[in-house]
Amino acid sequence: MDLPVIAPPAPQASGCSAGSCGSTSDQMAGMADALRARVQDHPCYSEDAHHYFARMHVAVAPACNIQCHYCNRKYDCANESRPGVVSEVLTPDQAVKKTLAVAATIPQMTVLGIAGPGDPLANPERTFETFRQLSAKAPDIKLCVSTNGLSLPEHVEELARHNIDHVTITINCVDPDVGAKIYPWIFWNNKRIHGRDAAAILIGQQQKGLEMLVARGILVKVNSVLIPGVNDEHLKEVSRIVKAKGAFLHNVMPLIAEPEHGTFYGVMGQRSPSPAELKALQDACEGDMNMMRHCRQCRADAVGLLGEDRGDEFTMDKIEAMEIDYEAAMLVRAAFREKVSAELQAKRARAHAPLSPALPVAPQIIRFIPRADEQKPLGRPVLMAVAAKNGMVAIHFGHAREFLVYEASAGGARLVGHRKADAYCSGDETCGDGEFTLDRTIKVLAGCEVVLCSRIGYEPWGKLEAAGIQPNGEHAMQPIEEAAMAVWHEMLAAGKLDAKASAAKCA
Amino acid sequence: MALEIIESCVNCWACLPLCPSRAIHEARPPQFPHFLIDADKCTECVGDFADPQCVAICPIEGAIVDELGVAMNPPGSLTGIPPERWAAAQAEIAAR
Repeated sequence: MDLPVIAPPAPQASGCSAGSCGSTSDQMAGMADALRARVQDHPCYSEDAHHYFARMHVAVAPACNIQCHYCNRKYDCANESRPGVVSEVLTPDQAVKKTLAVAATIPQMTVLGIAGPGDPLANPERTFETFRQLSAKAPDIKLCVSTNGLSLPEHVEELARHNIDHVTITINCVDPDVGAKIYPWIFWNNKRIHGRDAAAILIGQQQKGLEMLVARGILVKVNSVLIPGVNDEHLKEVSRIVKAKGAFLHNVMPLIAEPEHGTFYGVMGQRSPSPAELKALQDACEGDMNMMRHCRQCRADAVGLLGEDRGDEFTMDKIEAMEIDYEAAMLVRAAFREKVSAELQAKRARAHAPLSPALPVAPQIIRFIPRADEQKPLGRPVLMAVAAKNGMVAIHFGHAREFLVYEASAGGARLVGHRKADAYCSGDETCGDGEFTLDRTIKVLAGCEVVLCSRIGYEPWGKLEAAGIQPNGEHAMQPIEEAAMAVWHEMLAAGKLDAKASAAKCA
Repeated sequence: MALEIIESCVNCWACLPLCPSRAIHEARPPQFPHFLIDADKCTECVGDFADPQCVAICPIEGAIVDELGVAMNPPGSLTGIPPERWAAAQAEIAAR
């Protein structure tokens, strides 16, 4: 596609110094040490870290300066996990109290983000007041912000002043004609502006903001919502351009749209992409860009590890009753980070043991799985669903609320996505719905040929097998990558991985 | 002349800092469940801006009305969802 609107400048940095080489499967591999240190305990910027570290969002920013067709401003639902939804909006003072309470209770919590429910930079006083207090009171918490970008250029200086090291910009397009199908209006220079003109202004501001952040050395993640038929092909162009401008990571997320959400897309019947469509697009962008595959599209008031939400434990009335000794908590937190960092380093050392450590300068180029190319692959890639915790195969199949999806191939195992499920077995009489939930889970796992879990019951075993998904409980408490590769090699040895795809088509 | 914010307001704060007359009060439940405009102070931004600022940023159709009770942002004008389509979707959800 030809896009005369915004021509990407030639990237100034070459090789790995821009920080976006390497791959999602091994994001850390080719990264400079300094950069690695900046993301290694940020669950949203490092796939490794997300197994161990938690984040929280405080909902201090209710106002927004644009409308997106996937958003409904009547945000007020405790049962929904999706961006823009919150249960209670906090004042900056409340947000600081909540953050300290969570950080003291959950030492894994390393990152505080402000992500809405509106746009943080459309609420600059509330957002920056929260940051100002936290950087004084909790210097061990990383601060980050997620924005639509419209007001970003005017706030870059202040972001840098508050030591905000990570900024996420949602960029769904670089072409105003595409943008006009995503954004009905923006508020700009004291006017509401509609249609293509609005999209053009928004796109210009986003790109300018991205450039300004990169120029200041702030890490930028770009989020894009994949909207089938609207920006799907276009996102490849977006990925190429934001990479060229120095974005660190690109996170393509599937559109969430149901009529009951009351959004334009939900009501008008715009469909969401399938997991296979999402993966295909992420794969297509990956040649150009470091792709994020572990995003869980959390709420603007989420608390906990990605994929879990402990927000209910930290409602304002509960927080008011807590006594927090943050000085003491910081010691516990530091000890925890040290322990995990040692574990991670050991894990990385094991993963890279066969490679020569004597070439620290050369970026490690990770080859992607050759797809149907001339040189015969040793065995086709296989998608495996994993009931995981802390990077291990560690959850009982029936208790899993989500499955990580890994693609195992001759080149190794890499995370390519996740699938949400309902735990169908809670171990008591509420299991009545078990059967129905199990069927749903099996449907959700479509495309996967193996499911790795710590244990699994007799009945689901049979049903999974019948659906062409091989359950495997033999690798409990092993690191995911090792377990997945062991199973892949078993399949290879058993002759199950001939180049031509099997009945279960890889998503 | 003055505008009025009615109960469909979602308390998103967007309007409050924009008002040149400082006529908007934040919600203080239970007495004031949503943001309110002080009719004595509201000038509808005449002399300050071409458009009333609260109306220009409010994301909720129908939440701000004029003195005759007419919606400043009528149904469909902000979301782009045709009102009949909205009604059909609601009916379909209710029938589930």
